[in-house]
Amino acid sequence: MTAKLVQGYEVVIGFETHAQLSTKSKIFSRSSVAFGAEPNTQACALDMALPGTLPVMNMGAVERAIEFGLAINAHIAERSIFARKNYFYPDLPKGYQISQFEIPVVQGGEVSFFLEEGKETVRKTVRLERAHLEEDAGKSLHEDFIGQSGIDLNRAGTPLLEIVTQPDMRSSDEAVAYAKELHKIVTWIGICDGNMQEGSFRCDANVSVRKPGAELGTRREIKNLNSFKFMQQAIDYEVRWQIEQIEDGHAIQQATVLFDPDTGETRAMRTKEDAADYRYFPDPDLPPLVISREWVEKVKAQLPELPEARVRRFIGDEEYKKTLRNDIEVAYNQVVYGLSEYDARALVSNRAMADYFEATAKACGQPKLASNWIMGEVSRRLNASEMAIENAPVNAAQLAALIGRISDNTISNSAARQVFDALWSEGGEVDAIIETKGLKQINDTSALEAIIDEVLAANPKNVEEFKAGNTKALNGLVGPIMKASKGKANPAQVNELLMKKLG
Amino acid sequence: MGDLHNLSVKALSALLQSKEVSAVEVATRFLARMGGNPHRAFLDIDSEATLTQARASDAKLANGTAGPLEGVPIAHKDVFVTRDFATTAGSKILSGYRSPFDATVVDRLRNAGMVTLGKLNCDEFAMGSSNENSAYGAVSNPWDTTRIPGGSSGGSAAAVAARLSPAATGTDTGGSIRQPASFCGITGIKPTYGRASRYGMIAYASSLDQAGPMARSAEDCALLLSAMCGPDLDRDSTSLDVPIENFSAKLGDSLKGLRIGIPKEFFSEGLAADVRKAIDAALKTLEAQGAKLVPITLPRTELAIPVYYIIAPAEASSNLSRFDGVKFGHRTKDYTDLVSMYKKSRAEGFGEEVKRRIMTGAYVLSHGYYDAYYLQAQKIRRMIADDFQHAFDDCDVIAGPVAPTVAWKLGNNASDPLADYLADIFTLPASLAGLPCMSVPVGMGESNMPVGMQLIGNYFQEAKLLNVAHQFQLNTDFHNAKLEGAQ
Repeated sequence: MTAKLVQGYEVVIGFETHAQLSTKSKIFSRSSVAFGAEPNTQACALDMALPGTLPVMNMGAVERAIEFGLAINAHIAERSIFARKNYFYPDLPKGYQISQFEIPVVQGGEVSFFLEEGKETVRKTVRLERAHLEEDAGKSLHEDFIGQSGIDLNRAGTPLLEIVTQPDMRSSDEAVAYAKELHKIVTWIGICDGNMQEGSFRCDANVSVRKPGAELGTRREIKNLNSFKFMQQAIDYEVRWQIEQIEDGHAIQQATVLFDPDTGETRAMRTKEDAADYRYFPDPDLPPLVISREWVEKVKAQLPELPEARVRRFIGDEEYKKTLRNDIEVAYNQVVYGLSEYDARALVSNRAMADYFEATAKACGQPKLASNWIMGEVSRRLNASEMAIENAPVNAAQLAALIGRISDNTISNSAARQVFDALWSEGGEVDAIIETKGLKQINDTSALEAIIDEVLAANPKNVEEFKAGNTKALNGLVGPIMKASKGKANPAQVNELLMKKLG
Repeated sequence: MGDLHNLSVKALSALLQSKEVSAVEVATRFLARMGGNPHRAFLDIDSEATLTQARASDAKLANGTAGPLEGVPIAHKDVFVTRDFATTAGSKILSGYRSPFDATVVDRLRNAGMVTLGKLNCDEFAMGSSNENSAYGAVSNPWDTTRIPGGSSGGSAAAVAARLSPAATGTDTGGSIRQPASFCGITGIKPTYGRASRYGMIAYASSLDQAGPMARSAEDCALLLSAMCGPDLDRDSTSLDVPIENFSAKLGDSLKGLRIGIPKEFFSEGLAADVRKAIDAALKTLEAQGAKLVPITLPRTELAIPVYYIIAPAEASSNLSRFDGVKFGHRTKDYTDLVSMYKKSRAEGFGEEVKRRIMTGAYVLSHGYYDAYYLQAQKIRRMIADDFQHAFDDCDVIAGPVAPTVAWKLGNNASDPLADYLADIFTLPASLAGLPCMSVPVGMGESNMPVGMQLIGNYFQEAKLLNVAHQFQLNTDFHNAKLEGAQ
């Protein structure tokens, strides 16, 4: 693989992502983590670091870390250690953050995804270094306090999984594709709600540039990228800025930077010289986190089918089937949809979409039609209204019923689109809509023959031309026939009868 | 009942259960004795709060729902947070602080029926061996008010010795129950690390801190310890999941054949002659009761001092970061920005010894020093624990002095903090190993000051230690020695 170069420089990117885990309560206390409550109403004595309080591990957070590790083929540490990261800040009530430092719970693993490069689709793999459990800090509120700052500790102690990659990405496209894939994985297995606006999925990008073959350049870390769009803009800006600096003869200083969406620029927050000594040491309040192999096996058995497995199943990949564990293989044998890889990947872009497809395909027995409809009409409608498939007004059962009426020739494709529009905007039942709108296809041969005879009699010129060998003249006949039937004639049957009569 | 205040926990409990005295009567007697705060033992007294608890106890005694220690008074070291009394940990930085909850130990003792007399003075954040590090003034030793009571649970030891309370809670990180118990002539025990919940105990050094009772006799300590201990898994991750034990049920065993290990390192030239003499006599008494003395070795005893004074300050430097003037406690009146608020609040709020340990701790954890100090200390800590396990191959309990000398004069070590550190040599090893250990009064040394003998047991062997102490106390009367003017 040859790296894409920018002005002769190779771009090197590594990611650190903070995924907020989907537990109900905090990582070391029993307070709720629900978003949007009044300040400090979800902070108990421990969250405020009152004297005498002690942390107690939320095993639900550990279980989610195990699920993640399994989903990315990582090693789940039998024994990992919580450490204290010491620094003073008002939104850090204890004066230290409980995190994992030397021995994290998830070690190694990888994330693969597909990327369009020119006309080719290329598979890329980013190696993960680690994923560790830690607690979030509170928030400083700088408005409404007349020259002072307020502290909201609702977020303090929220469980986070910090996911760290190797510096494996070579362009902003790759970085964004990785982030999207990671987002898909954590939401797919349900360990994180993935809400980027609310800060449930925050990415920091470590960016450096170098001449091909040279040592790694000095990196700058872009903090808190909370949308895929900003991620791309920020990295692109940062790469251009670093190359410019080097070309101008300036060395890059290691720094933490913030991206300003208004100016589209990154700006240094602090440099390495200001870097704090966090005085990490094992937290004596928490014994080592011990994870038995039985626990890992139990979690593994409950893990949902992962995206790649589902893509393979939708395609019907025989080779892949051999690698599956027994229970998935059973499901695999039951339903093979035979989709193209392109369709399968598109449908597996998120779990709700894949589930929607499967429910539709199973109910109507027409996987290809289901796939076409979902990627066509359904997606078009969803995109137009910026809606998630979970909220689609037409559910899988309705769509399946509609597809059923197409395949049993009750309605034509164009009539089906009218039914779909009605379902989407007004709801209702497929057959009832067909009935009220009078969209039922005319499949009755004698009725169709009567219409055809009439049209043939009225268009002798077209008949002549067709018989003389001009096949295009047929369109001049089909059109008026469909019109005369108010679009309800079965097109295939019309063709057949027409050929017979003209042949 | 003129001598209520001279009665043991056990005797008081019997009188209360049989309704010969009421909880209010008992509390009133002790509150009267506490008037004027003798020896500066107390930091918070609120007679109305105490009497309210006593009245509730009387109601329970009347309606038959009394706990095993219903109505018996106790006072708590000021590092246990309490709802009914202020909690300062002996520090200005927590002046006037009121906790919204009770420590588990306080809660458990209250559930057993005990009535709280108040909060006891101690070295600031339990850092000290003399109680001179309290921001609210030093405690004096009831046996000689020109001397220290020991520390850090100095208020606890003084209160029990002066009959201001029949019992007290203490905490022991490196000897803070045993050493003041020894200096004031009372009995105190630190259980196995993890036996008593640390929830609500203001943390000094989390991996060492342990709560324990201080009273006049081993028999009373057994009653108190049974009520204090027990799993608290939902609130303290270092709490051990071992069943609650009734330590009083095991006080009848004969000492015949008991092997008592005598570590030669505890009887080196650093040990004062008067202390050695009292300990030797006590060991002879135990021998006479059928115990066998076995020479053992704890070769890393001296290393316990540097190891402890690395690990404890390291943990303390982090534990005390929450006292920053932002959320509770002292905030300086005069600041210009965030950093100046932090610096001034902490500079004004913390005392010298606390600052010294925070700086030592921050230093040993800093980048470039961590491996050489903290990690090295952790390794030696494990070796010290291993040394004990080897020793317990040859003996059932270990005996020796608690401290090299009797209580020294107030102000003696004021200019030399290291002298205090070195005096902890015999108590630190068991703390680092997390072993149960206690102090038993065994006589008087120089200037008629009490001497305590230390007993160290293997993990979860509190009952064995208490039995040895109880059998000794059945044959001696040092634990009942009365002070001049204490009547």
